[in-house]
Amino acid sequence: MKTTLMTSALALAAALGTAQAQDFTDAKQGGSMIVTYKDDVSTLDPAIGYDWQNWSMIKSLFDGLMDYEPGTTVLKKDLAEDYTISEDGTVFTFKLREGVKFHNGRELTAEDVKYSLDRVTNPETQSPGAGFFGSIEGYDAMASGEATSLSGVMVIDPYTVEIKLSRPDATFLHVMAINFSSVVPKEEVEKYGPDFGKNPVGSGAFKLADWTLGQSLTFERNMDYWHEGVPKLDQITFEIGLEPIVALLRLQQGQADIPGDGIPPAKFLEVTEDPAYKDFVIEGGQLHTGYITMNVKMPPFDNVKVRQAINMAINKERAVRIINGRAVPANQPLPPTMPGYAPDYEGYPYDPEAAKALLAEAGFPDGFETELFVYNTDPNPRIAQSFQQDLAAIGITAEIRNLAQANVIAAGGEPDQAPMIWSGGMAWIADFPDPSNFYGPILGCDGAVQGGWNWSWYCNEELDAAAVEADAMTDPAMAAEREAKWRDIYLKIMEDAPWVPVFNEQRYTMRSAKLGGPNEIYVDPVHVPVNYDYVFSNDVQ
Amino acid sequence: MWGYLIRRLGESLLILLGISLVTFALLYLVPADPARQIAGRSATAETVANIRAQLGLDQPFYVQYFRYLGNLLYGDLGRSYLQRTEVSELIAARMPATLLLMLAAIVVELIMGLTIGAIAAIRRNSALDHSLMVFSFVTISAPQFVVGILLLYVFAVQLQWFPIGGYGTFSHLVLPAITIGLLGTGWYSRMMRSSMIDVLAQDYVRTARAKGLGRLRILVRHVAPNAILPIIAMIGIDIGLFMSGIVVVESVFGWPGIGQLAWQAIQRVDIPIIMGVTLVSACFIVLGNLLADLVAPLVDPRIKLK
Repeated sequence: MKTTLMTSALALAAALGTAQAQDFTDAKQGGSMIVTYKDDVSTLDPAIGYDWQNWSMIKSLFDGLMDYEPGTTVLKKDLAEDYTISEDGTVFTFKLREGVKFHNGRELTAEDVKYSLDRVTNPETQSPGAGFFGSIEGYDAMASGEATSLSGVMVIDPYTVEIKLSRPDATFLHVMAINFSSVVPKEEVEKYGPDFGKNPVGSGAFKLADWTLGQSLTFERNMDYWHEGVPKLDQITFEIGLEPIVALLRLQQGQADIPGDGIPPAKFLEVTEDPAYKDFVIEGGQLHTGYITMNVKMPPFDNVKVRQAINMAINKERAVRIINGRAVPANQPLPPTMPGYAPDYEGYPYDPEAAKALLAEAGFPDGFETELFVYNTDPNPRIAQSFQQDLAAIGITAEIRNLAQANVIAAGGEPDQAPMIWSGGMAWIADFPDPSNFYGPILGCDGAVQGGWNWSWYCNEELDAAAVEADAMTDPAMAAEREAKWRDIYLKIMEDAPWVPVFNEQRYTMRSAKLGGPNEIYVDPVHVPVNYDYVFSNDVQ
Repeated sequence: MWGYLIRRLGESLLILLGISLVTFALLYLVPADPARQIAGRSATAETVANIRAQLGLDQPFYVQYFRYLGNLLYGDLGRSYLQRTEVSELIAARMPATLLLMLAAIVVELIMGLTIGAIAAIRRNSALDHSLMVFSFVTISAPQFVVGILLLYVFAVQLQWFPIGGYGTFSHLVLPAITIGLLGTGWYSRMMRSSMIDVLAQDYVRTARAKGLGRLRILVRHVAPNAILPIIAMIGIDIGLFMSGIVVVESVFGWPGIGQLAWQAIQRVDIPIIMGVTLVSACFIVLGNLLADLVAPLVDPRIKLK
């Protein structure tokens, strides 16, 4: 079942579909749905929101220059009607759609695009996404507070904006599709100041009709939306504060349509085996990898043979079983749905005998003692215990250090504190579907600094140079070559083995019988968790 | 009386000041860097330092603390790090829900607790008494998380008498109020029982009976008022118990009160919200205790304020 879903997701991503798109883009508009979440929606300001709950809400309220085909990782033009990229890949010229209106009725122009990019990179905005715009010319002056406007972003005419980069950046179109580059109207941002996040005004498919703090949000269809036939629903109600178990009970009683936090593990088997519900259970991949880091600066993990031995000692199948099979074993840093994934790579086999031999060869025939840091919420400690047994089988005594998330992250950011960390609950989930997003902060030299996210402290200058080269390949015709280059980078990393890639988590959610649309939009890899714009109601068809 | 009130108010203020200092210090010592959290994973060290400076987190502890107190004088609890909204606005939006739930829980525990206690005392040492006391013991010991889920499952999912969590109408209120009220029910029924037994053994009860007063009249006019007195004084102290209970119960029932707000803020180390909720709940507890002490002499003339 896993493989069929995986391959169908890949096929969809590759072949995409206009044919596939037809059957749901033609659906009639109207109807409503109720989506539930446990945690509060912190903000709907696209420069600031970076949560599970608000990520795709913001995508529905705002538009950016670029977006993705529903349910896939394939880029498409959104506010940009067209764009051109200069020969050297450093100048992007975007032609905007004419007649696009903000929810307040004013037309969206190139000035707004510039304002929005200036705002998100201004340190006073305190945007968690500012770093994504590092390749735009003038970014450094903005970050240091010397400038109040990006010198690289120029308004040519009301419908044309030109963006100059300080270095070629093949991921730039993805950056233009990320929430942080959504276009916001200056007058509304200035009117509400820091409260813009509670009073969002965008140009997206929905507009905010009501927000009762801590209780519910109501989105209404934007009747003037430029994209004809979108969105499908007239109204979405988000109910906040419901535990996933309670949310599921509500769905079963017909009081909710989508549990936004997915199916809770405790209910997983019950729901997937219940004939009344199993047809409405939806499984999808995530751009996620769970891994064990080994600090290459701390002996004995400075010895590559030790790291390789541990790669062969970890029983990944058992770790997957601990979480009820809600994941697929991994053998490389990239998740299978990510471009650049090496499907033919076999990785290190699970072979404790060979691991033991390799450990002896490295000079540790009797093993050694070490520590495994882990985030203290279930199921992570249980998974860590499973690793502890695996390590004991080859003679390594690992003490488990169960800590709060912030403490694990802090220890990982120091060069000499955490020899091994299980990433569960803190693992990397890609911000955009490009292989480069799994490198810089977590495996590159940039991240191997105090307070950084590269907890293995692995820094290979050769690979850093290769990464820069790969990201300079901006010509779309070279996309395949670029992907191959990234694939090589990750396979070289696996030779040095700073990580044990353990598994890629799958997402499981549900929908009520009244909702229609392809399964892919309910587990959208980019509009996480659900692409609200294309969900339609069977009641009005 | 007035001197007493002023002295108690002064003490309360000192207690609150102490709580603010301890909470602020604990949150200062938490090894999580709010600036790093705001800045996100892609931020450079420079960006993080910049944010730290903007929030004043680079200042020494006492500067941060006194600035917080200074703002507090103007009723300014600061802005949430992650939501960027005024903390006072977030608390104000959720306070009515919490107060409503507390009030309902007090009603539940008084009605159930006093009734059960009285029946157990009158039928002392009978099978009924024993089973009621076992029941009260169970309600005291059962974790509220379990009780909440159980009530939800039986009365909302299976019987469908009540909605499955949420907020808005009277029927939404019933299950969470019972969940919180059950804990107090256990305590009150045990107190009521022993208090009733004490009073029933008093000379004046025997005198009343000797005078030939009816059994019901004795219970209602002479026994109950005297037995309830020591219990009334407990309600103020209860507020502290409620404050710890609402964190769990509000999460289970999706009740949009300050307990839920606190729980989410703790998970994300959103320090201004944690500070704000702690101070507001501390105010309630301190006021509750004060009120309990002030009410006691009114209901029982034997108690004198010193």
